Amino acid sequence: MTIILLIEQVLNGIQSGIMLFLMAAGLTLIFGVMGLINLAHGSLYMVGAFAAAAVSAATGSFVVGLIAALAAAAAAGAIVEYTVIRRLYDRDHLDQVLATFALILIFSEGTRFLFGSFPLFLDIPAAVQGPVTLPGGIQYPLYRLVIIGVGLVIAAGLFALIARTRIGIQIRAGEADREMIAALGVDISKLYTLVFALGAALAGLAGAMVGAIQSVQVGMGEPVLILAFVVIVIGGIGSIKGALVGALLVGLTDTLGGVLLPPLFGTFMGAASAASVGSALASMSIYILMAVVLLFRPTGLFGEV
Amino acid sequence: MAREFLINSVLFALLPLTALAAYLLDEPFIITLATKAAILALAGVGLNIALGLGGLVSFGHAAFFGLGGYAMGILASHAQSFAPLMEVPFVIEGTKSMPVIWLVAILTSALAALAIGALSLRTSGVYFIMITLAFGQMFYYFAISWPAYGGEDGLSIYVRNGFPGLNTLDPIQFFGLAFAVLVLVVFFTGRLGRSPFGLALGAARQNAERVETVGVAPYRIRLVAFVISGAVTGLAGALFADLNRFVSPTMFSWQMSGEIMIFVILGGVGRLWGPVAGACLYILLEHVLGGLSEFWHIYLGLLLLLVVLFARGGIIGVLAGRERAHD
Repeated sequence: MTIILLIEQVLNGIQSGIMLFLMAAGLTLIFGVMGLINLAHGSLYMVGAFAAAAVSAATGSFVVGLIAALAAAAAAGAIVEYTVIRRLYDRDHLDQVLATFALILIFSEGTRFLFGSFPLFLDIPAAVQGPVTLPGGIQYPLYRLVIIGVGLVIAAGLFALIARTRIGIQIRAGEADREMIAALGVDISKLYTLVFALGAALAGLAGAMVGAIQSVQVGMGEPVLILAFVVIVIGGIGSIKGALVGALLVGLTDTLGGVLLPPLFGTFMGAASAASVGSALASMSIYILMAVVLLFRPTGLFGEV
Repeated sequence: MAREFLINSVLFALLPLTALAAYLLDEPFIITLATKAAILALAGVGLNIALGLGGLVSFGHAAFFGLGGYAMGILASHAQSFAPLMEVPFVIEGTKSMPVIWLVAILTSALAALAIGALSLRTSGVYFIMITLAFGQMFYYFAISWPAYGGEDGLSIYVRNGFPGLNTLDPIQFFGLAFAVLVLVVFFTGRLGRSPFGLALGAARQNAERVETVGVAPYRIRLVAFVISGAVTGLAGALFADLNRFVSPTMFSWQMSGEIMIFVILGGVGRLWGPVAGACLYILLEHVLGGLSEFWHIYLGLLLLLVVLFARGGIIGVLAGRERAHD
């Protein structure tokens, strides 16, 4: 029984880690290429979720909803980059933080204005509903496995895009030396818009897929955004590989901490106080993980010194 | 400089005059708003020590604000229920006395700032922003999941805590107290900025390598500044909790950190009275725009965007010219 529970929770941790990776990958790309810290990334996640919920409710098709989420988030990202973000590249981080904080306020209240304060619901498509039986007799929701699969495919695609394609070369060159690739004749502002839209699309996709498990509501993006920050700090800013490793670590720590810590404390203290101490510590576990990583590697696991 | 002095004097007079006028017109709600502005300004003044003087973009100051609030909430709730806070190894009773609560709030938030700062200051730039934000969230989730003091629901205190010689239940007297604390701290911050320590801190912000070559360790100076900054914001948190007679995890939320930062930016980074101007403007906007539209945060967002993109140096920067705007 306990081993089955443990495997289930490990799968849950991987699933939330993979979704975190989609968020963190965009953030770390945007920071690596443009040197920009984007707090509004969580809003793009929310935009994706709302677009998916609204469109799939209207058309009845989850796949159309997903496509709408990708398109809406990428479009929102491109528009925001074109109107606001590109004025911030030369500014210090404080200005970037504030301007993107202002964007959060605008996005959140704008969404509340359009859709109201009540959460929307996005149904899991019928084809992937219900549990599957894994080897060893473990029942696990199929949709969560699909999320893990889709996330892994996208991660592989992203690595291929960056390692093998022309755009990937430009992105890596942009991380190394922005002025130089502009001088070599790459349209740098177009590249920036593209990278921003790509990051936004990844966030939107994550929002739409998670939206089917949780409720779609205003403010859903910010907790994920802060987790994604923890991921990037752990993995090292600018590193996609670091984002993947960090995301899985954070996903697993967060999920397993909540399951394992209360019984662990129960072995040497009363059940009631073990539950409260355990759950309080579990909620802090990823930050403790981050602090430990920072103690030994201040630039993250895969960050450059 | 002269114009900034003039603006500062106007600001110095504005809050007490508003409160006094409200007192004479018998509008206790306006007095409460002025008190709120003074307390939030105090939180901003705290952040400005790290942000303006030290160039440390802390996005986690809600942690200290909330700790101050919970210091008040926990001590007062124990005094309210007559249950001692701790019996082993020695008895600690709750208290309803503001000076004691303030002292506890300052000490706890200073300790937390020491721990958070010691870890976060090993990094800089964007890492620092993200890490302070994450530590702030850590306190938020801790406060939510720790059931002993209300958890998600927070703690209510029935009667406002007392200050020797004052009736703090009277809005105008409580305003006077909060404003006196604010003025005292602003005065202290001004002295700090001109002291050798403040000069070294400013130098470390402008050019850390150079400071290091003349034999001053930037890490230590920044850590001390971060601790002072956290302690002041913690004091503001204790006052804020007393104003509302309520503490909840919202005081720890990252939006709170963002708001404290907005006070500093709206007013003007690194300017002594900047956070006071920013907090007054924020309260005014909240009151005026909030009355016009339920979605007033959109306008706040647009305004903030405009200030960041076009009016660098905040209100005081626009009014007083750019001579002391942040670099």
